[in-house]
Amino acid sequence: MIKNILNLGDAGIYCDFGDDVNKDVNLKVINYFKTLKQKKIEGIINIAPSYNKLIISIDLNITNYGKIVDIVKNIKIENNLEQNSKKIDIPICCEEDYELDLKRLEKKLNKSKDQIVSSFINKEYFCYMSGFIAGMPFMGDIESGLRTKRLETPRLKVPRGSVGITEQFCNIYTFDSPGGWNIIGNTPINIFDKKNDQSPVKINPGDLVKFYKISKKEYNEYI
Amino acid sequence: MNISNNYFKVIRSGLNTTFQDFGRKNLSHLGIPISGAMDNRNFQIVNYLVGDKDKTVLEFAYQGPLLKYFGNEAYIAVSGNVNFKLIRNNKIEDGNCYQTYNIKNGDEIDIISTINSVYGYISVCNGFKTNISFGSSSTNTKAEIGGNNGKKIQTNDLVSINQSSKFPSLRKINYLNKKIEFLRVIKGPNFNYFDEVSKKDFFSKNFEVSKFTDRMGMRINGPKLNNIVSTNIKSEGIIKGVIQVPGDGNPIIMLSDHGTIGGYPKIANIISADYDKLVQLSPGSKIRFKEINLNEAENLYYLYNLETQNLLNQIN
Repeated sequence: MIKNILNLGDAGIYCDFGDDVNKDVNLKVINYFKTLKQKKIEGIINIAPSYNKLIISIDLNITNYGKIVDIVKNIKIENNLEQNSKKIDIPICCEEDYELDLKRLEKKLNKSKDQIVSSFINKEYFCYMSGFIAGMPFMGDIESGLRTKRLETPRLKVPRGSVGITEQFCNIYTFDSPGGWNIIGNTPINIFDKKNDQSPVKINPGDLVKFYKISKKEYNEYI
Repeated sequence: MNISNNYFKVIRSGLNTTFQDFGRKNLSHLGIPISGAMDNRNFQIVNYLVGDKDKTVLEFAYQGPLLKYFGNEAYIAVSGNVNFKLIRNNKIEDGNCYQTYNIKNGDEIDIISTINSVYGYISVCNGFKTNISFGSSSTNTKAEIGGNNGKKIQTNDLVSINQSSKFPSLRKINYLNKKIEFLRVIKGPNFNYFDEVSKKDFFSKNFEVSKFTDRMGMRINGPKLNNIVSTNIKSEGIIKGVIQVPGDGNPIIMLSDHGTIGGYPKIANIISADYDKLVQLSPGSKIRFKEINLNEAENLYYLYNLETQNLLNQIN
């Protein structure tokens, strides 16, 4: 359930699901998101689900904060999510030129490169949210032995396809972008397909993702 | 995109010239921001001046493009606070914003610069012709989507216009873009992350727009805002007008092409009625924040909208 609803400026509704970040809380956020989206409520421009928040933006020419809060408070949430979530396998190359931070992480985590990579690809990850840049999935949770902070100084340009880790999360840079996550590999798969108007993003909130290792040679065969 | 019979050749691209319309909805959960014309009122006016509504326009920032026209007679207008020339029938004349002009084969529009402001707009009757992605022609260079295949307009590009059989009347209105000094805000969900001095400074000291400002966001400088709780929050959704404060204590105001998720505390939000004026603040502009409540903000938006409608009614 939503713990608290606030206004974000005059055209945003800030729904707070509490301080905890875990799959259960996030599933509640996603269920609210899917239910609201399905209802196509007049005046709602955007609904942005994240780990433990849901932010709704509205067109002030059509509706206002009070009206939307009434709807959100009284809406019946359908728990239809499990059947909609997909299982997705993503290839990752963790060899030189594709990973950028494994050497640094070896020291920091006190593990060998191979240990880091095999620990990473052994687990299935839940997609909490999508965004920042188009289609970027925020997934988790990675093994506690792999958890570390962001880079002190973010990179000005993380290459497209990079797979990064930080704290309990992992992500994929869908475009060249500034960023501070620790890059352990790169995928040749296009996560955001701008030509697909209906479903441009390969990994959506609620989906389950597993990585599998490919060599440089196999990587290049994708392109 | 095939070039139609009526088009502009881009002799000079300008600094940041893009196709824009009303933007994209219902896509922020995929990481695609709202985009669209930064200054919505000027976007609407420039469309009405050529007898249109919500058609694709060219948005420019600071220095605009120099365009040479080829084709049948066409109708154009420019909005914003813009210094521009028209070269019609080989004669140079000063252009007036908020006025419809007709142009013929070989004529040129030279957008020299915006004056004490950032964005301006060029419209053409029946709109520019470009590709649409996810329901909008707005160019989003980050996601590489929208008009001109997601790229800024480049020198030597050919920019097509839609065929039109309309002959709009030559219209003109008087409108003055007022510069704003007090930006009205509503406190954000993390306002109390900041110490007492910073909370006071935020509403009493001057801030200055830095040179790090573009369609994604505007960094501003002023008294450092001292966070006493946490300089990171769990990443969450962003809407335009949100003021985030990263660890260095200098606020960033999120604008139309913002990242859809952010992990910095939100100290406040610019009200919707002040957004058009916010985006027109050029680097070096001094600003102050003034706190208002939700109810006042909603009333101010109502007045803003009424004023916009009155201007549009003057054109029709």
